[in-house]
Amino acid sequence: MSAEPVLTVRDLRLWYGTPRGSVRAVDGVSLEIGAGQTLGLVGESGSGKSTLGRGILGLLPEGAKSDGEVLYKGRNLVGASHRELRRLRGPELGLIFQEPMTRLDPLMRIEDQFRETLEQHESKLTDAEIRRRSLDTLGRMGIPPTRFRQYPHEFSGGMRQRIMIALALVLRPSLLVADEPTTALDVIVEAQILRILADLKENFGTALLLITHNLGIVAEACDHVAVMYAGQIVEEGPARDVFAEPKHPYTRELLRSTISLDTRELHSIPGAPPNLITPPTGCHFHPRCPDIMRVCPAKDPIETRHDGDRRVLCWLHGPESEIPPGGGEPIERERIAVAEEA
Amino acid sequence: MSASAETLVSVRGLKTYYSIRGSFLDRLVGRTGAAVRAVDDISLDLRKGEVLGLVGESGSGKTTLGRTILGLVPATSGTVEFEGKDITKLSEHDLRELRRRMQIVFQDPHASLNPAMTIAQAVGHPLQIHGLAQDKEQVRARVAEVLDRVGLSPVEQFMDKYPSDLSGGQKQRAVIARAIILNPVLLVADEPVSMLDMSVRAKILELMLALKRDFDLTYLYVTHDLATAKFFCDRIAIMYLGRIVEIGPSEAIYEDPKHPYTQALLRAIPEPDPRRTIPRDLPRGEVPDAAKPPLGCHFRPRCPRAFEVCGWEARDLKELLERRWAEMGEEGFDAERAAVGPAESLNEPATTAKLHGHGGASGADLAGLLEKARTGDPDDPFWTGVKRIASENGALEVDWFDPVDPRLLPAGPVEVECHLYDEAALAEAAERRGARIP
Amino acid sequence: MATATVRAQRRTVALRRAFAPIAEARGFARWMLFAGAAITLMFVILAAFAPLLSPYAFDQYQANGHRFAQLARPGHGHILGTTVQSTDVLARIVYGAQTELEVVGLALAFGLAVGVPLGLVSGYFGGILDRGSVFFMDAMFAFPPLLLAIIIAFLLGSSVSSGVLVAAIAITIVYVPQYFRVVRNHVISVREEQYVEAARALGAKPFTILRRYVFFNVVQNVPVIATLNAADAVLTLTALGFIGYGVQPTQGAEWGYDVSRAVTDVASGIWWTGLFPGLAIVLLVSGLTLLGEGLNETINPVLRRRAIRQVDFDAPSFDAGAEFYEA
Ligand SMILES: Nc1ncnc2c1ncn2[C@@H]1O[C@H](COP(=O)(O)OP(=O)(O)OP(=O)(O)O)[C@@H](O)[C@H]1O
Ligand SMILES: Nc1ncnc2c1ncn2[C@@H]1O[C@H](COP(=O)(O)OP(=O)(O)O)[C@@H](O)[C@H]1O
Ligand code: SF4
Ligand code: SF4
Ligand SMILES: [Mg+2]
Ligand SMILES: [Mg+2]
Repeated sequence: MSAEPVLTVRDLRLWYGTPRGSVRAVDGVSLEIGAGQTLGLVGESGSGKSTLGRGILGLLPEGAKSDGEVLYKGRNLVGASHRELRRLRGPELGLIFQEPMTRLDPLMRIEDQFRETLEQHESKLTDAEIRRRSLDTLGRMGIPPTRFRQYPHEFSGGMRQRIMIALALVLRPSLLVADEPTTALDVIVEAQILRILADLKENFGTALLLITHNLGIVAEACDHVAVMYAGQIVEEGPARDVFAEPKHPYTRELLRSTISLDTRELHSIPGAPPNLITPPTGCHFHPRCPDIMRVCPAKDPIETRHDGDRRVLCWLHGPESEIPPGGGEPIERERIAVAEEA
Repeated sequence: MSASAETLVSVRGLKTYYSIRGSFLDRLVGRTGAAVRAVDDISLDLRKGEVLGLVGESGSGKTTLGRTILGLVPATSGTVEFEGKDITKLSEHDLRELRRRMQIVFQDPHASLNPAMTIAQAVGHPLQIHGLAQDKEQVRARVAEVLDRVGLSPVEQFMDKYPSDLSGGQKQRAVIARAIILNPVLLVADEPVSMLDMSVRAKILELMLALKRDFDLTYLYVTHDLATAKFFCDRIAIMYLGRIVEIGPSEAIYEDPKHPYTQALLRAIPEPDPRRTIPRDLPRGEVPDAAKPPLGCHFRPRCPRAFEVCGWEARDLKELLERRWAEMGEEGFDAERAAVGPAESLNEPATTAKLHGHGGASGADLAGLLEKARTGDPDDPFWTGVKRIASENGALEVDWFDPVDPRLLPAGPVEVECHLYDEAALAEAAERRGARIP
Repeated sequence: MATATVRAQRRTVALRRAFAPIAEARGFARWMLFAGAAITLMFVILAAFAPLLSPYAFDQYQANGHRFAQLARPGHGHILGTTVQSTDVLARIVYGAQTELEVVGLALAFGLAVGVPLGLVSGYFGGILDRGSVFFMDAMFAFPPLLLAIIIAFLLGSSVSSGVLVAAIAITIVYVPQYFRVVRNHVISVREEQYVEAARALGAKPFTILRRYVFFNVVQNVPVIATLNAADAVLTLTALGFIGYGVQPTQGAEWGYDVSRAVTDVASGIWWTGLFPGLAIVLLVSGLTLLGEGLNETINPVLRRRAIRQVDFDAPSFDAGAEFYEA
């Protein structure tokens, strides 16, 4: 990736404590995002995308624990105090949620929400500066200045989401985590928002982690894509290359089962994502993988790098030296029952 | 499918309005609140054995249309004929009898099963409701049969589970089992896969296709997802703000979309193909409030191809100014806003508006402001609708051409509700272009 | 497979599911639940086996031809002493438990029998019936409970001979509005659930929907308010007894009545006639309250807190894979 990454995550583990044991929602994840870069994070429901997004910002519930490194501009956020994290959130680290209505204070005018946000982090601003900065950011999102003094319920869903984005951007964070920012929106409005997100890097130079389960959105708005399965990133690389030639069987199957305008016949991945308290041994995808080999359930796969900036977590791509003799033989197996699905 | 196929459901002039409760004051003075026109004068035929897709953005009235066809929501006017009976006229009692023949699958599988009933109880209950089983063992046997059919096998493993123990896809399978256990002829599927993971969607759609073959079902498939609709449907009806704007065979609609809205929808879908990108000239804004729809064509405020006859009005001028102000710097906005003032007359659906200059601005100043807006973006279709701009007595008067409501007319293999495909409207527009007062 | 065993199995599954939250209750909630249940159970045993557990009858003032001493100190012969009427304090406590539980049990049964169906129907069908019942119930709810109970006890006292029944009806009327309100409000939210519309789409009649789809999802809260109301009802009953409108002394022992008789004793240093019935009241009320709050915290998902297993990153991971590889 590019020169000096804004965010570097190394061997991050984020586990939830539950009555039945630890849920390994994120289990050894590493990634990097450079300034002005957009990384798309995709995967099925429950693969740990939101946990990773929140974990990076230190927003995990009680009972969850983290381990590893989240380096933001060289500082490790794992283990940072609540106070320090709070100070960073906003001016440095921004977050956009899926449901904008629940995040905007319904009793406050848009103007006051901007004022509060700005004053909290940049106390020296004058009223005129606050207004200028807010209107400028809102204008870029297509929200007219005439509506600056209205309440959240007076806006439509798409406008609220744009206001949310503006509210996150008005502090000019260097890193923005957007968790399914368009899932609740209509296609045309979604496309409008995607345009805005794609323009972020030109306008603000923001590093963006875009979480979604829609591969189309990644293809549209991201430079890089990371595919997540059962708490791990199984493949990562430039979006264009990964989509053109997926290396990991899961990425390939996921692409095949996505229904698009070009779909001629339906395809699906057998089985369901595993529970993350006792994930499958070896490669977590082995119970569903069409290419399973003898080594897969026995040994944790080792990450391999290809073509400079692609990496894969799958025995099909080596390293050969680590595969025991005979490990490369395929395993035949009976069909998985239809109903064992997500 | 042959065009002469038997008609199963015939909808004519159907309107379903929801009355919004007015404020306390409104009710006090006996004013009735406005109505949301969720379904606004729709006619369509559902042919036996076909899959008709009802596609549109949220709030376009798809669900309401589906529910009205099943008699779950009372129609405001119009008729829905199902197997020769007008279900809008049937009593609740007679409708209950008919429900064996028509079923619905809802969008949210998590919410459509009673959390206090086991899967076997839930799926078997329709048999008991309609007195179609002698005893519990018979119900169970039949339930086992359908569960197996929808892929919830081995059935013993699912029969006595509660919905909370099942995944989304499994729940949707159970909901489908419950819907087909009565052997219906019509199944309304209201976004059956939109809450499911992409890896599960294909499986549920596959199941629905297989069931359609086996049970001779007719589907009304409600969705906002053009990609699944393309794969799944024989015919497609595109809905916008309570109306059908385009309807026809799937291939025709996808290959050569006619209505500007259909064209926009198709171009806006993010496809997992990095070579294809969404164009920048997408319709702006969002679906307007169905309680106060635009004059003329409902899609006009967002339509990139709108012209003289489409029904331009005062609210469009307000939007135009707001768009201008959003793009312009703060000083420019402050100055123009001060001159225009609150402009209350721009909040109503009217084809004429009078603006009074504020802060010492004259009518001519306002006219100059509009002129600047026009030179800034001369291709904005808004200007085609303006009939006259004149400044009189310090005020600015703007008139627009009268709205013409578009009609659903045949255009090749499809039917479209857009003036671009209506010779009469095109002629009228040409005449108006000549009649514009400079 | 024998159908009987299958049915039995299914029933066990259903039961286990119903009681799962209780089994999973942890910490303070679990403590409250069990302490409350133990105390309540103790009183139930007292009431059920009163004739066996009590040395004398509640109104017995003599044995073998000897009259008991008046106001005898606790001790020999009368463990908790005797009252001014020479009755045994322990006997009054034990039989008092019987009266309290009878009245409260009856009142609960009546209250549920009236309030729950009314709330269900009113909430589900809405309209004029709903508005009427809500108005009526709110009016009753606004009335001071004790005053309402006194008026009803007074009105019924002349026509109904059983004092237990009079008290139970009086208390029922005080608590019906509560069941009604809780059930009705819950029905109104459940009514909008998708599965209720689904049932309608299946062709179910309104009463079938109420019975099979609404009822079970609404009654879950009822045990909690019923238990909490029971605690409150004990207080109302004893208050009625204290001012003389409760169960008449000839018809049964009643702690509130006993306390009222003991008020004058205290001045002369006679503490046992008042202390023990007073303690009984406090203990039963606390027991029921603990039980109710414990139930609330276990059943109510918002308050529910389960024991989580702490995350341990160093716990050994699963290594069954090696074996798989050999096979
Ligand atoms: N607060 C929590 N306590 C315990 N487990 C949790 C908690 N939140 C999430 N999990 C579990 O962690 C795993 C990952 O969840 P996460 O929400 O990160 O997935 P996701 O990829 O964002 O899914 P989706 O696409 O549905 O949003 C899941 O197994 C989930 O059940
Ligand atoms: N029960 C209701 N009461 C009032 N308005 C409703 C109700 N249901 C839907 N609407 C309104 O009717 C319009 C169409 O809604 P709906 O049929 O749900 O559309 P869709 O299914 O296309 O999203 C929307 O404006 C919606 O807000
Ligand atoms: S490691 Fe083996 S099981 Fe896992 S994805 Fe690769 S081939 Fe499939
Ligand atoms: S009638 Fe056609 S051209 Fe005119 S606004 Fe509507 S869609 Fe656009
Ligand atoms: Mg998520
Ligand atoms: Mg809908």
